[in-house]
Amino acid sequence: MTWLIFALVFWALAFFANVRIANSGHSTALWARLFVPVLFGVTILVVWEGVVRGLGVPSVILPPPSAIWAQITQSVPTLWMDFVQTFIKGALTGYLMGCGAAFAVAVLIDRSPFLQRGLLPVGNFIAALPIIGTAPILVMWFGFDWHSKAAVVVVMVFFPMLVNTVQGLAASDTMQRDLMKTYSASYWQTLLKLRLPAAMPFVFNGLKISTTLALIGAIVAEFFGSPIKGMGFRISTEVGRLGLDMVWAEIAVAAVAGSAFYGLVAAIEKGVTFWHPSQRS
Amino acid sequence: MRSIVPVLTVVAGIIAIWYGAAIVMNQQWTRDQAERAGVELQLSDIVVDTLSQERPKLPVPHQVAAELWKTTVEKKITSKRSLIYHGWITLSATLLGFAIGTGAGILLAVGIVHNRAMDMSVMPWAIASQTIPILAIAPMIIVVLNSVGVQGLIPKAIISAYLSFFPVVVGMVKGLRSPDAMQLDLLKTYGANKGQSFWKLRLPSSMPYLFTSLKVGIAASLVGAIVGELPTGAIRGLGARMLSGSYYGQTIQIWSALIAAAVLAALLVGIVGLIQRITLKRMGMTR
Repeated sequence: MTWLIFALVFWALAFFANVRIANSGHSTALWARLFVPVLFGVTILVVWEGVVRGLGVPSVILPPPSAIWAQITQSVPTLWMDFVQTFIKGALTGYLMGCGAAFAVAVLIDRSPFLQRGLLPVGNFIAALPIIGTAPILVMWFGFDWHSKAAVVVVMVFFPMLVNTVQGLAASDTMQRDLMKTYSASYWQTLLKLRLPAAMPFVFNGLKISTTLALIGAIVAEFFGSPIKGMGFRISTEVGRLGLDMVWAEIAVAAVAGSAFYGLVAAIEKGVTFWHPSQRS
Repeated sequence: MRSIVPVLTVVAGIIAIWYGAAIVMNQQWTRDQAERAGVELQLSDIVVDTLSQERPKLPVPHQVAAELWKTTVEKKITSKRSLIYHGWITLSATLLGFAIGTGAGILLAVGIVHNRAMDMSVMPWAIASQTIPILAIAPMIIVVLNSVGVQGLIPKAIISAYLSFFPVVVGMVKGLRSPDAMQLDLLKTYGANKGQSFWKLRLPSSMPYLFTSLKVGIAASLVGAIVGELPTGAIRGLGARMLSGSYYGQTIQIWSALIAAAVLAALLVGIVGLIQRITLKRMGMTR
């Protein structure tokens, strides 16, 4: 009962503090913009902990955050093994291969307007399909180890990346291309010095979308069969054994890995497309 | 319309590659069979055999089409082997989840736009959550809800709702903020209150953004419903067809379920797109 009251009091105080800060003159300051969401996140954790303990929710339904944290610190080797298997071997390899292939294909078909007009609608169409459904097929073809996961990731990231790159290569305007022509620049010079740099915001948009897709693809593909390691494998087996704290621990790792991966790509984008209006503000 | 010929060319190219890949990938089995029987194979024999195997590594388009025809048109809709039946199971979960997710997303977006504290607390998390592989918690939702006695449609719908929720929140917040300062000032000179400027300015101008995120959301909902059918060994739905197909090596069944899911996704996105075109046209927003 004390837990429940503590949670409610904490929530009320945090709510009050956030409203005060948001409506005060400091609301545009950097510390306020960081502090308010962090306090919101902490409040959710505290209320979660308080409600679970206060109402005695069994841990097979919802373990408290403290138990999840204890599980994370306890099973670092397992989590690391799963992380390497799913993220480094599965998701990252597939991401690099898929995005690289899509980029290369986009540059190749860029020379042919005919192929572009044909591939763009088809690519857009395929990008909206539930491609994750190819996972069982690819697991059959490439076996249970990380190769099949990488293959799923390749298929998942290929079309979003292709569509974005093709759009990006068309992004430089006629005036700029005419200027290159007056310099009598060759096709490759125009490509390297004008059109690829101009395409970068689109390319990075595709790369950012693909980070999430890659992790999802690698995890879900493991539901269809995997060796006895990997995040998706651990989630599905621990769910079966009702070891929910381990499941939450894996999800926490996946969330951190996903955000960090996205953040890394976003940071690279910031360095590469420093000239773009959206990065200058 | 001038892009029809290129699109058809590309599609024809894909189908040609598909047939070629099927011949290459299935020939191992054909060779093994022939070796066991002690028969010498001609190239034409290999081609014919690879295109008509019972459990090929890669079924060819006409096999999948035949299976689709068999399981949609020739079977009764109520039959457990009818793809329409399984598709409906998945579709109902998708639509329910999509409705919940979009409704909640729009409500949260309205709250975020009108309340600064909510904006500052929730918005960073809503954006960050898009980088998280949310789909990973699908098995847990199913099992946990199962252990408290909720089964069937609802757990899948919750996963669908969860997946369509965040794109709608982010898109809708962008949309509700899209009127520029000049327009907002105009309404202020009219003495419009918050409610009036919401209904007459913010909501109408958010429509293009809303529909864009609805398209993303409904595709995500369908993926959520399909993945939601995987972990518990469900026996109904398109995801269950894929899973049982992968257990028993019925590749043709997996492919037909996959094509059915693709058609379903295309239909759903197409319907949302159609509503978008009609709505925006009547609102005078299309060029």
